[in-house]
Amino acid sequence: MRALSWAYLAVAYAFVFLPVVVLVAFSFQDGRLPVPPFQGFTLEWYGRVLGERDLMEALVNSALVAGVSSLIALILGFLAAHALARVRLPGSVLMRGVLIAPMTVSYLIIALGLLTVFNQAGVRLSLWTAGVGHVVINLPLCFAITYAAMGDHQKNAERAARDLGAPEWKVLALVSAPMLAAPLAAAFFLSVTFSWDEFIIAFLLTRFDVTLPVEIWSMLRSGISPATNAVGSLVFLVSVTLVVLLEVFVFRRVK
Amino acid sequence: MGWGLVAPALLWTAAFFVLPFAAMVALSFAHMEGREVVRGFDPGNYIRIFTDWTMLKALLNSLEITVVVTVVSVVLAYPLAAIIAFRVPVRWQRLALLLAVLPFWTSYVVRSYAWLLVLGQNGVVNKALLSLGLIAEPLEIAATRTATVIGFVHFFVMLLTLTIYANLIQLSPNYARAAADLGAGRWQTFRHVILPLTLPGVVTGAFLTFVLCIGDYITPQILGGNAELTLPQLIMLQMGRSGNFPLASALSVVLMAVVTLAYFASSRWLRMDRV
Repeated sequence: MRALSWAYLAVAYAFVFLPVVVLVAFSFQDGRLPVPPFQGFTLEWYGRVLGERDLMEALVNSALVAGVSSLIALILGFLAAHALARVRLPGSVLMRGVLIAPMTVSYLIIALGLLTVFNQAGVRLSLWTAGVGHVVINLPLCFAITYAAMGDHQKNAERAARDLGAPEWKVLALVSAPMLAAPLAAAFFLSVTFSWDEFIIAFLLTRFDVTLPVEIWSMLRSGISPATNAVGSLVFLVSVTLVVLLEVFVFRRVK
Repeated sequence: MGWGLVAPALLWTAAFFVLPFAAMVALSFAHMEGREVVRGFDPGNYIRIFTDWTMLKALLNSLEITVVVTVVSVVLAYPLAAIIAFRVPVRWQRLALLLAVLPFWTSYVVRSYAWLLVLGQNGVVNKALLSLGLIAEPLEIAATRTATVIGFVHFFVMLLTLTIYANLIQLSPNYARAAADLGAGRWQTFRHVILPLTLPGVVTGAFLTFVLCIGDYITPQILGGNAELTLPQLIMLQMGRSGNFPLASALSVVLMAVVTLAYFASSRWLRMDRV
């Protein structure tokens, strides 16, 4: 039974890691195709990828869209969570439902709906329109995480601040937000990783300037190549670094 | 005071989620005349979806793939989560979990591409099987439904391992102890104690899998080949090549309806289970 468990664990990890190992290994392929046999080690593909302007622009675009849209989602989500957790408003259950609703809808449908509206309103597609879509998908997440984190001891600290004459915006900025630093950071970074990796909204709602996943998608159309492996490995490296930083600096402190 | 703080988030959701969704539903009742969208209240798109075999087949394909993926992922992820929760020493569990979901952080488009490399005609799997002499001809896995299912299962096993683990670890060990004291064997303890207690978590994870899987375009598009279409692929096709936004909208509404049905199905099942 015990041996069986470890065997299962080994097979499961092999399955989970197989594509990543293949992806990274063949990014060093000294040949035109990222499939066996392995023909030797080269960094040529990384050099080529890092020198490609479209890709680097897409990378910057992705970072911008992820950063700005996550920040907006975080601020909106935090304010709403604060209000709904503290003040008794009529219809607060309904409002919570509306704010969470986008979580249960496929990204494709959100994108299609936005595209319909943007087309009708004559809004030109750009990184901004994709960013609007990313706020829609990340707002529920930021709201839910901060809402769940609001506890009674914060309530007391806020009341104390108010009693001492702090205006409401100061209570929010100097008391509530710092006390929720860890969940706010978690919500922000989670949003960043979702936005950074999101494809379908970015694909349908951008036109000339695109994000990284859309650029990678267009690379795929010309068939398999170690260059795509190199891009994939780099993206993986960036994400894993982010996750490790998050693990070390944020989640340790939450616990 | 409170209203001022909720308003921005509510307005954003109303303007960029509720309104677009309503616009999409309205558009689904329009029809095309040539290249022009003619608005009105025309159920033609819906009639077409349920009478045109191409459309119906795409819906069925999506449902079949999603159900298979959900079931297989749960069945594979549960033991993995249980082994991490009960066999791996506590101080290593966090690391074990982090490793189990590490490939989660490869780009989502790239992950499907990586599976293409693994499963392709000249891919790692075929080369390995050929050199071991297990097969004479390379297997055709890439560009089939099997490849789509493998790509999906890979992703959702990671997701479900996380959610099921979170459930298992919350269980007090006293449940298992009590069952053992009452003479239950390992299997009986699992079947009658542990499994029912973790069922809500499993169903939640399965529902999430269902929603994400049925709405996904990338995985079937990269791994599935052209032999068959899923619903999201059909939607993209209608928007792209045909420019038929009304039909694409109607298909999306159907997709949405399927997800809603799944929601009610799982919530009802859950409640019945608790009775």
